[in-house]
Amino acid sequence: MKEANDIATVMTKPQGEEIMIDIKDLRKSFGDNHVLRGFNMTLFKGENLVIMGKSGSGKSVMIKCLIGLMAPDSGSINVMGKDVTRLDQDSLDELRTDVGFLFQGSALYDSMTVRENLEFPLRRHKKRFEGNLNAEKRVMEALGNVGLAHAVDLMPSELSGGMKRRVALARTLIMQPKIILYDEPTSGLDPITSKEIIELMRNIQRKYETSSLIITHDVDCARVISERMILLVDGINYAEGTFNELAKAKDQQIQAFFK
Amino acid sequence: MTVALDIRDRITSFFKEVGDLSFFAGRFFKEFFKPPFEFNELLRQCYSVGNRSMTLVGITGFIIGLVLTLQTRPTMIEFGAVSWMPDMVGISIVREVGPVVIALICAGRIASGMGAELGSMRVTEQIDAMEVSGTNPFNYLVVTRITATTLMVPLLVLFGDILALYGSSLVEYFKGDVSFQLYFNEVFNSLEYGDLIPATIKSFFFGFAIGLVGCYKGYFCKKGTVGVGKAANTAVVMASMLIFILDFIAVFISDIFYEL
Repeated sequence: MKEANDIATVMTKPQGEEIMIDIKDLRKSFGDNHVLRGFNMTLFKGENLVIMGKSGSGKSVMIKCLIGLMAPDSGSINVMGKDVTRLDQDSLDELRTDVGFLFQGSALYDSMTVRENLEFPLRRHKKRFEGNLNAEKRVMEALGNVGLAHAVDLMPSELSGGMKRRVALARTLIMQPKIILYDEPTSGLDPITSKEIIELMRNIQRKYETSSLIITHDVDCARVISERMILLVDGINYAEGTFNELAKAKDQQIQAFFK
Repeated sequence: MTVALDIRDRITSFFKEVGDLSFFAGRFFKEFFKPPFEFNELLRQCYSVGNRSMTLVGITGFIIGLVLTLQTRPTMIEFGAVSWMPDMVGISIVREVGPVVIALICAGRIASGMGAELGSMRVTEQIDAMEVSGTNPFNYLVVTRITATTLMVPLLVLFGDILALYGSSLVEYFKGDVSFQLYFNEVFNSLEYGDLIPATIKSFFFGFAIGLVGCYKGYFCKKGTVGVGKAANTAVVMASMLIFILDFIAVFISDIFYEL
């Protein structure tokens, strides 16, 4: 097994940009299963960074550690200058309002309508808007961004998979996050809906100038959306570079991702 | 050796469960006083817990009253104590049978429902989604549900008690020619504060235990549909057990204060 400092890397890293997320030597084990073995990553402002890896390579564990859903065994996770591992619950909740998370299964609240799904985080973070909440306008604007203004009064059970993903994206956007984390944004969707979601992600990134961390298996998604990629193998960043750089690499492990 | 290890594991996991449940209860009290207060969600949960359980509790209470009177009547006649029927049935229903049986019915309906609902929210990452948006799911999902059961179960017990007494009075009306007015006069004359107060207080504790266990099992549900089923099932078992333990403690304490 390779270790963190023994990786095949094709480095291309923007210099002088503001760092939004900085992960250093992240380790996480479940018993004898060492899922993350010294993972490092930096996400710069306005950047779309894609992380690709096989199932079980530690992508989901990494993103859960990043957002504070799981505590790492060691290593540091800095999000906008704050060490996630050392924040108390209130500070962590405050930081989370700046970080949107799109779940693989959309994770819409199934007892609430689409409107209530979007209003829920707004209502709970009224203070953030300093008396300028105007929930209805924000809900309709967020739904308009994903082309689902007409679905505002539907229940999640009445939506298709692609619509659910778009509503989840609207819910993520409504808090105007600076960073958006995407966990397999196109998984379980047909190719046409996948393309629509990818296009939506690009438009959102352009419109709101968010920084995006995208975890995916989908090579097409990575090709279209990534500005930089990290290949995660056995809990370490095996290779790093642009899509074209990595796609042309001779290393067999890297090639396996692009076949 | 394997049996000994198995017993040791079971004891360890029992104490771990007790510790986790206590920690969960502690977190409830901490979050209870922390804004934002979700009054609308609390009302929705009160409606769900209270209104939707009324039919089941009503039917159960009515049948308990009927059966208890029908079963006891021949023995009371044998001892020439049939005139004490309203006293005996009234005291036993208000003091013990009503609160415990109705709490058990609520454990079956409410604790399993909460275990399954929160469990499925956990499995489908809805609770995680609330957490990552910094909206404190514990405050929204758990505090409201436990508060609702704590408030609603005593009211359901009261409702069930009334219907149980009504069921009993029907038997006395048809079999013993006792008017409803006379029956209820006898019941209320026989009841004392020592019967009502401990029964009401323990109903609050039963409600709290039902909500606590249902939410605890659902909130920490393991992944998968099997986990949801298990959460619902163990919530009922654990809540029922807790009701009996609390009942024993309540009777023990009441005995000290009211010399039952």
